[in-house]
Order: sequence, then C-alpha cells, then structure tokens
Amino acid sequence: MITTKGLTKVYRSRGRDVVALDDVDLHVRQGEVFGVVGTSGAGKSTLIRCVNLLERPTAGTVTVDGVELTALAGSEQRAGRELREARRRIGMVFQHFNLLSSRTVQQNVELPLEIIGLDRHDRRRKAAELLDLVGLADKARSYPSQLSGGQKQRVGIARALAGDPKVLLSDEATSALDPETTRSVLKLLRELNQQLGLTVLLITHEMDVIKSVCDSAALMRGGKVVETGQLTDLLADGRSQIARDLFPLGDFGTGREDRTVLEITFQGDAPAQPFVSQLARTYQIDINILGAAAETIAGRLVGRMRVELPGSHTDNVVPIGYLRQQGLQVDVLDLSNGAAA
Amino acid sequence: MTWDRMQELMWPATWETLGMVGIAGLATLVIGLPLGLLLVLTDKGGLLQNLAVSRVLGVIVNVGRSIPFIILIVAVIPFTKALTGTSLGWQAASVPLAIGAIPFFARLVETSLREVDGGLIEALKAMGAGTGTIVRKTLLPETLPSLVSAVTTTLIALIGYSTMAGTVGGGGLGDLAIRYGYQRFETTFMWVIVAELVIIVTALQLLGDQIARRLSHRGNYRSPLSFFRSANAAPRAEEIDEDLASSH
Ligand SMILES: Nc1ncnc2c1ncn2[C@@H]1O[C@H](COP(=O)(O)OP(=O)(O)O)[C@@H](O)[C@H]1O
Ligand SMILES: [Mg+2]
Repeated sequence: MITTKGLTKVYRSRGRDVVALDDVDLHVRQGEVFGVVGTSGAGKSTLIRCVNLLERPTAGTVTVDGVELTALAGSEQRAGRELREARRRIGMVFQHFNLLSSRTVQQNVELPLEIIGLDRHDRRRKAAELLDLVGLADKARSYPSQLSGGQKQRVGIARALAGDPKVLLSDEATSALDPETTRSVLKLLRELNQQLGLTVLLITHEMDVIKSVCDSAALMRGGKVVETGQLTDLLADGRSQIARDLFPLGDFGTGREDRTVLEITFQGDAPAQPFVSQLARTYQIDINILGAAAETIAGRLVGRMRVELPGSHTDNVVPIGYLRQQGLQVDVLDLSNGAAA
Repeated sequence: MTWDRMQELMWPATWETLGMVGIAGLATLVIGLPLGLLLVLTDKGGLLQNLAVSRVLGVIVNVGRSIPFIILIVAVIPFTKALTGTSLGWQAASVPLAIGAIPFFARLVETSLREVDGGLIEALKAMGAGTGTIVRKTLLPETLPSLVSAVTTTLIALIGYSTMAGTVGGGGLGDLAIRYGYQRFETTFMWVIVAELVIIVTALQLLGDQIARRLSHRGNYRSPLSFFRSANAAPRAEEIDEDLASSH
C-alpha cells in the first residue's frame, strides 16, 4: 500500500548538511497497522512527512496505493493539482491535533469535505456519521478549546477520515495524551483499521504503542531503518532489537562463568505447559528465574522469560534441546558482550 | 464661547473627522490586507515564496512607514489632485491618511498572520488544499479576532493623524481644536474637543474589543484596555463559546 525506495532527505541548515533520512526502503502492506519506532531525532517525522510529500525527498520514490507521488509535480510549498488530489485520499493525524480554533468540531470535520467540493447537505451527513464513529456525536457544536486532549485527537481522526482515505498517517498522535487516553485512542485506531480496512502508518517513540496496535514495525536510528518486519516474525527472532525492546527484562544475570543464562520466548499455546517445573524435575537442576513478561502483541499472547541454569553452556546442551523440543524459542545469552548468541 | 456655538462648530467637524477616517480606513483595509498577506506568503518558506517580490514589498512598506505624516500630506498633493480632483477638503485629506495607514496596517496584518501555527497550514496541505483555500479557510478565519484588533488600532491611529489634516484644509476636530483653542485662546473649547476625541477613541476601542472577543474561540484574547478591568470581570472563554454555540 505504501512503498518507499531509497528514500533520502538531506536538510541544508546554515551550510551544514543534516541527513534526516538515509536510503529508507519501507513496505506497508494493505490493511495492516505499521509502526515506526525510534528515539527523538531518528528521522521518523521526516519519513512520514515524505509519504504525503509535505517534505520533498532529496532522492528516492514514494508510492501510495499504486500512485508514485514523487513523480507528481509541485514544490515543497506548492503542490500541483494531481498531488493535491492524491493527498485527499491520505488521512493524517498530528501530535498537536492541528484543529482550527475558529471552527466547531463539526465544521472542523467538514473542512476536508469542503476542499473536495461536497455540498452542504452531504457534508453535514458525513460529518455526523464520522463523529458518531469516533464517539463524539454530542460535541458537534463545541469548539476545540472546550475539548480534552483525547477528544481533540478523536476529532482529528474523524477529520482525517472524512475523505474516505485508504491510508491513515499518524505522527505521534498519542504522544501528547495521558496513558489512559492513549489506550482509548489506540483502540479506536485499531477498530478503524479492522472495520474500514484502513492501512495505518504510525510513528511513535513509545514501544507500548507498537505493542498494543501494530502488526508490523520498523526501528529507525540515525535516519536509517535498522530493522523491519511483522511483529510475530520479529518475536521469533532472537536477535531482533524490536523484540528485545518489547520485553525489557532488565539487566543480565550474575555474569558468572559457571552459569548459563537463557531467554525463552513463547507464543500462542506454549505457556500453557509448565515447562520450567518440568525442566527442573526431568534434569534435577535448580532454575533461577531472572525476569519474565507476557503481553498480547498483534493479537497473540507472547511471553519472554530469562532464566539461569547452573553450569556452562556445554553442560546445558541437553536441557536446552529439551526446551526447543517443546516448541519454545531459546536464546543463550553471551554474558561477555551482552548479545544473544 | 457658548455651548450652542460650540455644538454648531463641533458637529460638522465631527462628521469631517469620521468621513476622513472612514474613507481612509476602508481604503486601508482593501489595500493593506492583501499587502499584509503577500508579505507573509512571499516570504521565505511562505506558500507563494518569492524573495524578490517579498523584498520589494518590504522596502515599500518600510519607506511608507518612515515618512513623517505631515510631509506625506504635502508630498502626495499632486496624486491627491489627480485622484479626487481637488487638493482641499476632507475628501482630499483622506488620500494621504490612507497612504500613511496602509503600510502600518499591512505590518499589523503580517504580525497577526505569522502567529498562525504552522501545523494548521500543514494540516490543510495534507488535506490537499491549495494556497487560496489555505488563505480563505485557515489564515484569515483563524486570525479574524486579531485582524479586528488591527483594524481598531489602525482606525485610532487614523483619528490621531486626521488632526493634522487641517494643513490641507481637511477640517475635522483636530483642526478645530488648533484654530480655536490654540490660535484664539479658547482653552475651554479645546478641552471640550479633546474630551470628544477621547470618547470617540474609547468607544472605538471598546467596540473593537467586543467584536474581537466575540470572534475568539480560543479564550486568550486580551484587550489593551483589559488592564483597567478586574480579572474576574472578564467572561471566561467557555461561557462565550457556549453563548455562540447555542446561538448558531
Ligand atoms: N526543517 C528541518 N531543517 C533542518 N533539519 C531538520 C528539519 N527537520 C528535521 N531536521 C533534522 O532531521 C533529523 C530528524 O528529525 P525528525 O524527522 O523530526 O526526527 P523524529 O521525528 O524521529 O524525532 C533531526 O536531526 C532534525 O534536527
Ligand atoms: Mg517527530
């Protein structure tokens, strides 16, 4: 649905070049919620703004729903007609909502419809429908200054959906909201994704957002995408940084030579088996649990546990084999450099 | 001087002042508003970025603002004559008044427009809006309260300048005050005229504030006169918004 190829953006500020995006290839499939995560300054906003060409990339192409947007005429300041029409089919929500304070909630939602050229009667009907969808039918005649942050973002979402877009872009839509409101807004995004088949590209600096709504994710660092994939695949990959960040288990174990630290990841039914006690009983070993977490990610129960076994890696080949036989994913942590072996 | 005689002199002068300020104000609005818009739009990063145009407009506005008004009145006499057919009277005086006020107002408009959050413009762009739509649907409506304040400020400045219009036989209250109060030592009359000017200016400011506050849904409009009011006397934004919402 959204494909970028070799996307590069260089800002020239006071004689110095800042490479905000460095050769980014991204592929967002139709109907999925795709999250881009990374620390501040990683280039996430630049990436999402390049998708609807609010920012003209220095190099590379952007294709949305089969249309190569980078081929359409226009400068950063002024978009050509074709690009403007393409943008009407891409909704966008913003961290600071960007609602017009001079308009009521309903009039804000009607704005994109005015731009499309819908008549008054159809605009009213459509706006009422959308406000109902986001649960704000009773606020239609309020002004944005009278709403809470979460309500404002719901208006922002209703407005973004007004043109019946196939794609919704979200730039830190929940970053200005408290945790509870964040959850309800993310739930709304998920519902819209499922009910309307909407493809969502969202960016965030919070792993929790990825955890609760995304099907796929990409990790950005210094303008590059360093990892990308579907969450279920990433979780099954012991080397995945995203998977590791989804389950922060804290520091490693004691770091002693005569100990082996394992990270066990289970998905779906696996946790139903009491594998820790089975292991202890079968091999007569003492197992020290260093950390554990379980979450529902992309609609599946996923857990990760860090345990410490007595003896070196070679002493524990058999128990590790046993765990793998149970359908668990086991990674042996190399304590000297802190990476999974 | 009797009160009757004062009134006899003051009524025509009042109408002359209001006439000059009204016509000059209208011309200032019609020309200054687009000029202020262009200053913002053609500037670096603006929707119609054009640095050459931007610089030329900037110079014109700065030059316009630096010429002392009394000199402007005399300097534009030929132009005034061409435009109105005469260089005398309040109609003629409204020409230099407008020329003096246009750059002043354009700068006020520019300042107001620059306060619009870039995020709003970005949101409109993301909806597929063109430049005209952004101006009509965001820039102007979002700044309406502060544009109204700019008009109020400009009209009050015009009243001040109009007192110099006597130089070209423009008449008006200022001219009256000088001719009688200063040249004929009718000090009482002069103070009566000054009092009338104070009333007109205050009424204008209050009216402008009222309109601006009515139009503001943001709840942060502050009048230059708010200093004189107690903090809790000012209505809260929510109340005004509810008023408006229910009267729509
Ligand atoms: N308009 C701009 N001019 C110059 N540098 C910019 C501009 N926008 C962003 N940058 C730089 O590009 C980098 C990426 O910024 P951004 O995409 O906003 O990151 P993120 O959204 O991940 O925090 C940063 O180093 C930032 O300073
Ligand atoms: Mg950002």
